[in-house]
Amino acid sequence: MWRPLLLALALLPGLAAPTAAQGAGASPSGAVAPPGPSAEIVKQLADVASADAAVQEGAAVALGKTGDRKILPLLEALREGSVYVRLLPGGKKETVIVGDKVAEGDKTLVPLFRAYGREPIVGADGKPVLADLTTLGEVPTGRSLRIAIRPLIDAFSGQSDLVAPDPATRRAAATKMGYTGDAATRQVLEDALGKERDRWARFALREAIALIRLRTGSETERVAAAEALGRLRSANAMEPLYQLASDAQAPAPLAAAAREAIKRIERWGLFTQGIEIAFQGLSLSSILLLMALGLAIVFGLMGVINMAHGELMAIGAYATFLVQGWFTAYFPTYFDYYFLVALPFSFLVSATAGLVLERGVIRHLYGRPLETLLLTWGVSLMIQQGLRLWFGAANVDVTAPRWLSGGIPVMIGVQLPYNRLFIIGLAAVAVGAMYLLLFRTDAGLRIRAVTQNRGMAACLGVRARWVDAGTFALGAGLAGLAGCAITQIGNVGPELGQNYIVDSFMVVVTGGVGKLLGSILAAIGIGGLNKIIEPGMGAVFGKVLILVLVILFIQRRPSGLFATRGRYAES
Amino acid sequence: MRSLERWGLLGLAVVLVVALPTLNALPAGSPLRISDFTLNLFGKFLAYAILALGIDLIWGYTGVLSLGHGVFFGLGAYAMGMHLMLEIGTRSVYRNVLPDFMVWNQVTELPLFWKPFYSVPFTLLAVLAVPALFAFAFGYLTFRSRIRGVYFSIITQALALSTWLMFNRNAMNLGGTNGLSGFKSIFGFTLNSAATQRGLYVATALCLCGAFVLCRAIVRSPAGRVLIAIRDSETRVLFSGYSPAAFKLFVFVVSAVLAGVAGALYVPQVGIITPAKIGVLPSIEMIIWVAVGGRGTLLGPVAGALGVNWLQSVLTTHYPDLWLLVLGGLFVAVVLFIPDGLVGTARKLLRRRPRRGDADARLVGRPDEGRRPEEAKPRTEVRHVQAR
Repeated sequence: MWRPLLLALALLPGLAAPTAAQGAGASPSGAVAPPGPSAEIVKQLADVASADAAVQEGAAVALGKTGDRKILPLLEALREGSVYVRLLPGGKKETVIVGDKVAEGDKTLVPLFRAYGREPIVGADGKPVLADLTTLGEVPTGRSLRIAIRPLIDAFSGQSDLVAPDPATRRAAATKMGYTGDAATRQVLEDALGKERDRWARFALREAIALIRLRTGSETERVAAAEALGRLRSANAMEPLYQLASDAQAPAPLAAAAREAIKRIERWGLFTQGIEIAFQGLSLSSILLLMALGLAIVFGLMGVINMAHGELMAIGAYATFLVQGWFTAYFPTYFDYYFLVALPFSFLVSATAGLVLERGVIRHLYGRPLETLLLTWGVSLMIQQGLRLWFGAANVDVTAPRWLSGGIPVMIGVQLPYNRLFIIGLAAVAVGAMYLLLFRTDAGLRIRAVTQNRGMAACLGVRARWVDAGTFALGAGLAGLAGCAITQIGNVGPELGQNYIVDSFMVVVTGGVGKLLGSILAAIGIGGLNKIIEPGMGAVFGKVLILVLVILFIQRRPSGLFATRGRYAES
Repeated sequence: MRSLERWGLLGLAVVLVVALPTLNALPAGSPLRISDFTLNLFGKFLAYAILALGIDLIWGYTGVLSLGHGVFFGLGAYAMGMHLMLEIGTRSVYRNVLPDFMVWNQVTELPLFWKPFYSVPFTLLAVLAVPALFAFAFGYLTFRSRIRGVYFSIITQALALSTWLMFNRNAMNLGGTNGLSGFKSIFGFTLNSAATQRGLYVATALCLCGAFVLCRAIVRSPAGRVLIAIRDSETRVLFSGYSPAAFKLFVFVVSAVLAGVAGALYVPQVGIITPAKIGVLPSIEMIIWVAVGGRGTLLGPVAGALGVNWLQSVLTTHYPDLWLLVLGGLFVAVVLFIPDGLVGTARKLLRRRPRRGDADARLVGRPDEGRRPEEAKPRTEVRHVQAR
C-alpha cells in the first residue's frame, strides 16, 4: 500500500520529503534530498524536449545562462544526443538523460538519469531504473542547436570553475578558456582577474586574456597582446605566436612582435628546463645517496661488498606496498597517512633482513671481499626470485598519498613536485642523522674505531662483532628507506634493485670508501650527470659516458675523492 | 702421477673429440647413438667451457675477478654473427641483401662497419682481435691506475651493464633486443644439417683442447708463477721488481680472446645471439661455473661449465621458477662450504698424503691459503680478544 505512493513521491523531483525518502531508501543522495530546481528551470527542462527547434534552442540557451552547475550534464547530453523523454504514470512527461546501453535478451535497456544534476533514477527497490529504449521518445538535436550549445558549455563550465575554492582548478579553467574563448569570455576573465588573489591564478588569467586579445582584438590590440605574452613568458602562447610569425598575410608589426615574443619565451624555456633537469638530478642523487651511504659505510667497516643491497631496497619498496594494502583494507579513512607508517616500517624490515644476512652468512667471510661479493650476489638472486614468486613478476602499484601529489609552482613554467621535494628532504635528514651518529655519539666512535683499526679497537674493548652487525643493519635500513622513497617516483618490481645497484656502486667507487662528504658529492655528481646527459643523448649513452668518466676519474684519484692519507702499502 | 694425469686428460680429449661425434654418426635407432640435440647441447656447453678456462686464468690464477666477461663473449659472438647474417644474403624473409632487421628499421644501405664481415678471414681475425683490443684498452686504463680487488669487479660490472644497454639499441645496427638470428649457412655449409653441426661440435672440442693446452702452458711457465704470486700478494710482487699491471693485462687479454672464441663457436651452434647473453647476469653466471668446478685448477672450470649448464637446462625445462633460486643457492653454498670447488676439493681429499714433485699443487690447488696477510689478520685478533 505504501510502496506506490512512496515511489510516486520519489519520482517527482524535489517533492520527496527527506523523511519519506529515507524511509523508502529511494533518495539518490541518501539522507538529505538535494534542493530541487526552480519552477522556471522546470519549465525550461520541459521545453528543451520540444519538437519546435526555436523553442528548444531558446530553452537551452536560457538554461545555460542560469549558471547553475547542475545544468551542465544536460547540455553535454544534448550535444551527444542522449536526451530522451519518458512518460510518467499519470500522463506527465519528464526529460531524462540515458546512460550506456545494456543488452538484455533482444531488448536494449538503458539506465535513466535526471535531467537536473544527472543523478541516477532509482526504483523502489533501490536499484537504478532500466528502461527499454523503444518506450522513450528521443529528443532531436539539430546542428544549429549543437552549435548554440557549445560555447555555453565551455563558458559555463569555465565560469563556475573560475570561482572554485581550489586555486589549481581556477588556474586550469582560465587556461582552458584562453584557448577557446571569445570577446564575451574575455570580459568574464577580466572580472575574475579583479577578484583573484592567488598569484598563479592571476598569471593564468592574464595569459588567457592576452591569448583571446591576440585572436580577436584589433591590430594594435593584437600587437600589444603579443608583447604582453612575451613579457608573461607564456609557454602556452608558443603555437599561436608561431602561426602569426610564419603567416605571410599577418601585418608586419604584428609578425615582428610575435617573433620578438617567441624569442623571449624560448630563452625562458631553456632556463626553466635547466632548473627542472637540475631538480630531477638532485632527487635521483638523493636516492643514490641513500643507497650509497649504506654501501660505503659497510664496505669501509668490514670490507664487504654487498651486492644484495639493491634487493634490500626492493624489500623496503615492497614493505611500503604491504603497508598501503593494510591501510586500504583496515583503515581506509586514514589512507593518506599510510606513507608515514611505511617509512619506519620499511626501514625496520630491511634492517632486520640485513641483520639476518649479516649474522647468517656474511660474518663468516670478513676480509674476503671477492667471496662476499659472489655470496651476496647469490643472496640477491634468491631474494629477487622470492619477491617474484610471492608478489608476481609484474610491477605492483603504489599510490601516492594526496599530500605528496602536485607541487609548488616557483616560477613561470616551473613546478617542483612534492614527491621529489620530499625525497630530497628525506635524504638530507638521513645524511644529517648519519653525520650525528657517526661523529657525535659513542656508537659512531666505535664504528669509526673499528673501521680504522679493527684489531686495536678490539683490544680496547670494542665489541667489533656487534659493531659490524649493527652497522650492517643500519646500512640495510637506509636502503629500505630508499626503497620506500622510490615508490613515489618509480616502478616497484622484482628487478627494482638491479636498476640502481650499479649506479650506487659507481657512487661508492668515486666517492671513496666510508667517506660521508665524498659519497654526497659523488651522488650529486653522478645523479646530476645522468639527468643532464639524458635529454640530449639518451639514457643509454648517459650511462656509458658516466662509466668512462668514472674510469678516467679513478686514473687521477685511485681511492676516490677523499683519499685516506697515510702510508698504506696496499692502497 | 704426472704421466697418469696426462694420460687421463688425453683420454678425455679423445672421448670429447672422437668418440662422441662417432656415436652421433651411428645410424638412427642404434642403442648407443647420441641424438643430434644432445650433441648440439654438449657443443654449446663446451663453448662455455672455453670461456670458463679464460675466467679461471684471470680469476682463479691471478685473483682478478672480472664481472664483465659476457662482453668479450658477446664481441666474439657478434663478430661471427655478423658474418653469418651477411651469408644469408637474399635467402632472408624480405629477399633483400640487407639483414632482415635492417629492412624493418628502414636502413637502406649496409653500414660501413658491417662491410668487412663479408670476408671469412677478416671475420676470424675479428673474433680474436676485437675482444683482445677492447680488453687491452680497458685493462690498460684500469690496471695502470692500480684498480684492484672489488673496485675492478664493480667497474667491469658497470662495463657489462653499459655494453648491454648499447647493444640493445636499434641505432647500433646490431639487431637491437632481438639480436642476430635466422642464420642459414656457415662458410657455405648448411647450418641445419646434422653433418655441419657435428663438424661444429668437433671444432669446438678441438678449440677447447687447444685452450686447455694453452692455459696449462701459461700456468706452468715462469710467468704463471708470477700470476699466482700476484693473486697471493700483489704488493710483494711489486716490491720484488715485477710489474703486476703488465702480467694482469696479458692474462686479461688472453682470457678475453678465449671468451671471444667461445662466443664465435656458440653462435652457429645455437643459431642466435642477443644482448641478453652479454649483460650483468650472464657475466656473473660465468663466474659460478668456475667457482663450482674449482678455481685455480684447469679441469675445474671445464667440469663446472658442463655441470652447471646441464643443471640449468634440466631445471629450466622442468621447474622454470626454481632455477634462479638454485643459482643463488649455488653461489652461497660454494662460497660458504666448498670454496675450492668440486675439483679442488676432490684433489684435496685425494692428496692427503703429500707427494714428491707436486710443487704447483701447493700453489695452484688452494687459492685461499695465500690470502693477503693484512686481510686475514683482524679476524684472528678479534677472536683472541673476545675469547678472554
